Amino acid sequence: MTAPAAQEDAVVVSDIAKSFGETRALDGVSFTVRPGELFGFIGPDGAGKTTLFRILTTLILPDAGSARVLGLDVDRDLWAIRSSVGYMPGRFSLYPDLTVEENLRFFAAVFGTTIAEGRAIIEPIWRQLSPFATRRADALSGGMKQKLALCCALVHRPRILFLDEPTTGVDAVSRREFWEILAELRATGLTTVVSTPYMDEAGRCDRVALIHGGRILGIAPPGALGAGFGHALVAVRGTNRFALLTLLRRHPDAISVYPFGAELHFTSRHSPTDAPAVARELAGWLAANGHAGAEVAPIEPGVEDTFMARMGDASPAGEAA
Amino acid sequence: MSEPAIVAEGLTRRFGSFIAVDAISFTVERGEVFGFLGANGAGKTTAIRMLTGLLAPSAGSARVAGHDVATDPEAVRRSIGYMSQRFSLYEDLTVRENVELYGGIYGLSDSEIRDRGGALLESLGLTPWARTLVGAIPLGRKQKLAFSVALLHRPAIVFLDEPTGGVDPITRRQFWETIYETAARGTTVFVTTHYMDEAEYCDRISIMVEGRMVALGTPAELKERNAVASVDDLFVRLARAG
Amino acid sequence: MRGAALRAFIVKELQHIARDRQTLTVLLLMPLVQVLLFGNALRNDVRDIRLAVVDPSPSLTTQRLHDAFVATRRFRIVADARSMDEVEPLFRRGRADAALVIDPAFTEQLGRGEPARVLLVTDASDPNTGSTMQAYALSVLGDYERTLRGGGAAGIAVQTRMRFNPTLESVNLFIPGLIALVLTLVSALMTAISISREKERGTLEILLVSPLRPWQIIVGKVAPYIALGLANATTALAVAWLVFRVPFRGSALLLLGESLLYTVTSLALGVLIGANAPSQRAAMLGALVGTMLPNTLLSGMIFPIASMPAPLRLVTNVVPARWFIVIARGIMLKGVGLQHLWLETLVLCAMTAVLLALAVRRFHARIA
Repeated sequence: MTAPAAQEDAVVVSDIAKSFGETRALDGVSFTVRPGELFGFIGPDGAGKTTLFRILTTLILPDAGSARVLGLDVDRDLWAIRSSVGYMPGRFSLYPDLTVEENLRFFAAVFGTTIAEGRAIIEPIWRQLSPFATRRADALSGGMKQKLALCCALVHRPRILFLDEPTTGVDAVSRREFWEILAELRATGLTTVVSTPYMDEAGRCDRVALIHGGRILGIAPPGALGAGFGHALVAVRGTNRFALLTLLRRHPDAISVYPFGAELHFTSRHSPTDAPAVARELAGWLAANGHAGAEVAPIEPGVEDTFMARMGDASPAGEAA
Repeated sequence: MSEPAIVAEGLTRRFGSFIAVDAISFTVERGEVFGFLGANGAGKTTAIRMLTGLLAPSAGSARVAGHDVATDPEAVRRSIGYMSQRFSLYEDLTVRENVELYGGIYGLSDSEIRDRGGALLESLGLTPWARTLVGAIPLGRKQKLAFSVALLHRPAIVFLDEPTGGVDPITRRQFWETIYETAARGTTVFVTTHYMDEAEYCDRISIMVEGRMVALGTPAELKERNAVASVDDLFVRLARAG
Repeated sequence: MRGAALRAFIVKELQHIARDRQTLTVLLLMPLVQVLLFGNALRNDVRDIRLAVVDPSPSLTTQRLHDAFVATRRFRIVADARSMDEVEPLFRRGRADAALVIDPAFTEQLGRGEPARVLLVTDASDPNTGSTMQAYALSVLGDYERTLRGGGAAGIAVQTRMRFNPTLESVNLFIPGLIALVLTLVSALMTAISISREKERGTLEILLVSPLRPWQIIVGKVAPYIALGLANATTALAVAWLVFRVPFRGSALLLLGESLLYTVTSLALGVLIGANAPSQRAAMLGALVGTMLPNTLLSGMIFPIASMPAPLRLVTNVVPARWFIVIARGIMLKGVGLQHLWLETLVLCAMTAVLLALAVRRFHARIA
C-alpha cells in the first residue's frame, strides 16, 4: 500500500537569520507552510515580520539559513519566484494618481496578463470595488485601498500570496471585510501567508506563528496554541477595575494579572486542571477583600494570553507582576 | 468649581462643502478616561485638532480646561498635554535632551526640569539610557517616555492619539496602567485607539461615524443598549449602520 | 517664561544641525568649494591663445613678427600656413583662437615706407575672450611697431575681424549654455524625483517582485521623459532663435538630434541620482546641486574654460554640458556639421552609456 504522494510544502524556512547593523531582525526562524493554508504571523512592530516577508519574496537575502518558496530557492531562483508570487507590502503602495482600473491594468500588464484573465479570482473583491473603478486611488477610504492592493496582487493569478500587515491602520469594519475576503480566497485553495499585529485576527487562520524580537514563540492552529500554557487561567469581572487589578496582584498565587477588555486575566501558579478550584478560591478571597460582586470563571488561554506568557519566558526582563 | 474638563456643543467643521465634523456635543468630566473612537476619515482627527486649539471650528463651541478653543487657543494649548503615534519625540536627540526641550517649551524652570525630569526617568527605568538617542530605544519605552514628557508640565488634560499602535501586548497594558495612574491623580485622559479591547478600559467612550457622534456612554451601557457582547461588535454594528 | 521656551527651541535646532553630519558637511564645505571654483573661474585674462599664422611670403621681417608673438608666452603658434584656406578648418574645429594674416607684400610695404598690412582674425564665439585676445594681439603688434619706427618705416596697418560673432553679442555666448542648463535641470530632476518617489511610496518593492528586470524599469522611467525633453529642447531653441535672434548657421536637424542625445544623458544622470537618493527631497536636492553647479561653473557657459587653471580644465571634461555647449555653439554660431563635431558627440554617447550602466547596477535586483 503506497502512501499518498506528499504535496510539496509551499514554503520551507530553515534557521533564517538577518541583521541590519547591530539590530538582529531575525534570529533562527524556521517553519513550513502547507499548500492551500492560510498562515498567519502574529506579532508587534519590530518583531521581524516585514524582514521575513522580504526574504520570502526575494527582496533581501538572509545572512544565514535557507528559504524555499514553491520549491524554489530564494537565492538562486529569484526570477521564477517573482513571477509566481502575489505581494502586498506594508504601507498602501499603489499609485495614488491612477484610478482603480488603471492600477489594476498596470499590474496585470507587468505580469503579462490582463484584467479579463484574472477576473475569476478577483471577483469577490471586484464586486466591492467596481463602483469606484474610475476613482483615483488616493480618493478611496483606507479599507478600499487595501482591497485594491489585494486585487492588484491577485490579478496575475499567483500561486502564493504574501500579505504584510494588510489590516494595519484600517478600521474594525474594513478589517472584518478583508478577512472575509481572505476566507473566500482560501476556499479556492490559494496558499496565503499573512502578517498582523492584531491578536484577535489569529483566529481566522489555519495556523499561526507567534513572532517577537526576531524569534518564533510558537506555531499551532489558533485553537491549539494554548495547549502548552501550563498554568490555570481565570477571568475576573467587576467594578472599579483598577483597584481590582492592584488587589489581585497581591494574591500569593498570582503570576501575572492583566486587563483584557472588560475582564482581568489572572494567571495562577497552579496547573490548568486546578482552574475551577482556583476560580472558587479567588472568588472567596475577593469577597473577603471588599469585592463581593466580582464574577470569577476559569477560561481557556487565548492567542494573546499565550503570546504574553511566551514573551515573558523569552525575554530576560521577565514578568512585571 | 467642578467645570468639566471638556465641553463641546454643536462643534462643527466644514471644508468647503464637505462636513468633516457635524455638530457633535459631549462633555468629559475631570479625571475621566475618555475613549474617542471612530474609523479613519470619520472626523476624529479634525475634532481633536479643534479641541487642542489647532483648528478653528466652523460653528458650535468647545471649552477645554476652562478656555474657549475659538477665542483662546493659546491658553488651551498651554493647559494640555499631547502625544500622538506619528510624532512625539525627536529621534535624533537623546532622552535627556528631549526632556529638557519639552520642559523648556512648556515653560518649566531649570530646577523643575531637573527634578521632574530626573524623577520621570527614574520611574521609567530610563536613567541608564539618558544619553541614548531616542531613535535607538525600543518602541515600548519610547511610547512611555513620550507619554511622560507630555505630562511634564502637569496639565489638566492630556490628549493621546493612538498611543499604543504596533506595540507588543504587554507594553500596551503597562501603558494603560500608567494611564490609570495618571487619571487617578486627577488628570483627564482623552484617548483615541483602534484596539477595541482598550475601549473597554475607558470610563466612557464615544463613536464617530461620518462626522456625527452616534454613541456616547460607558462601555457597559452601550453594549447593553445595543445588545452586543463587546465594543468591537458595537463598533461594527454602528459603523455599518451609519 | 517665553524666553526659556524660545531658548529651548533654539538649542534643539542647533542639536538637529549638529547631529545631521551629511547636511552639515554640505553646508560648510559647499561655500568653500564655491569660493575656490568661482575664484579660479572668474578670470578675465586668457593664457593660452592658439595662433595660426598665415605668411604667404616668409622673410626675416615676418619671422621677427612671428617671434614677437611667441616671446609673449601668451600666444602659441599652432599653424604656419601659406593661405587662409588652411586656417579656416582650424577655426571651424575650434583648434585655433586667432589668426594673424600677413599681407604677401608685407616686407615690400615696410621697405617702401608704406604701412605694412596685417589682418587679425579672432574667434569671438565667446565675446569676452575674443575681445581680450584681440587686445593682446594688438598690443604685441603695437610693440613690434615701435621697434620698427627707428628704421623709417611707416608702421603697421592692422585690420581686425571678429569671427563668428562680429557684433560680440554676449547672448550668443550664453544661450547655448542656457539651453544646456535648462535641459539638464529639467531632465535630471524629472527622473530623479520619479525614481525616488517610487522608492518612497513602496511601489518599487512590488515592481521588483515581478517579472520586470531592473533595466526594463529604468528604460521605462526614461523613455516617456525623452518626449518631454525633446519638447523642451525645441522650445528653448525656438526662443533663442526668435526672441534673442541667436544665429542659426548650421543644421537645425543636427542641433535637435544632439539636443535629444544630451537630454538622454541628463535623464540617465537623473536616474543615477534618484536610485541613490534616500528620499524624494534628497533626490531633488541632489539633482539641483549635481547639475546646476557644474553646469554654471564648469561647462564653459559663463566662465571660459580657457581661463581656468589646468586641473580645473581637466575636471570640466567630465561635465556633459561642457561637450554639449561646444556642439551647440559649433552648430549655431559656426555652422559646422557632424564631421567636425563627431568627437564631442561620441563623448556624449559614451557618457550616456556609462551613466545608464551605473544606474542599472545600482538598481540591482534586491533592495539590500
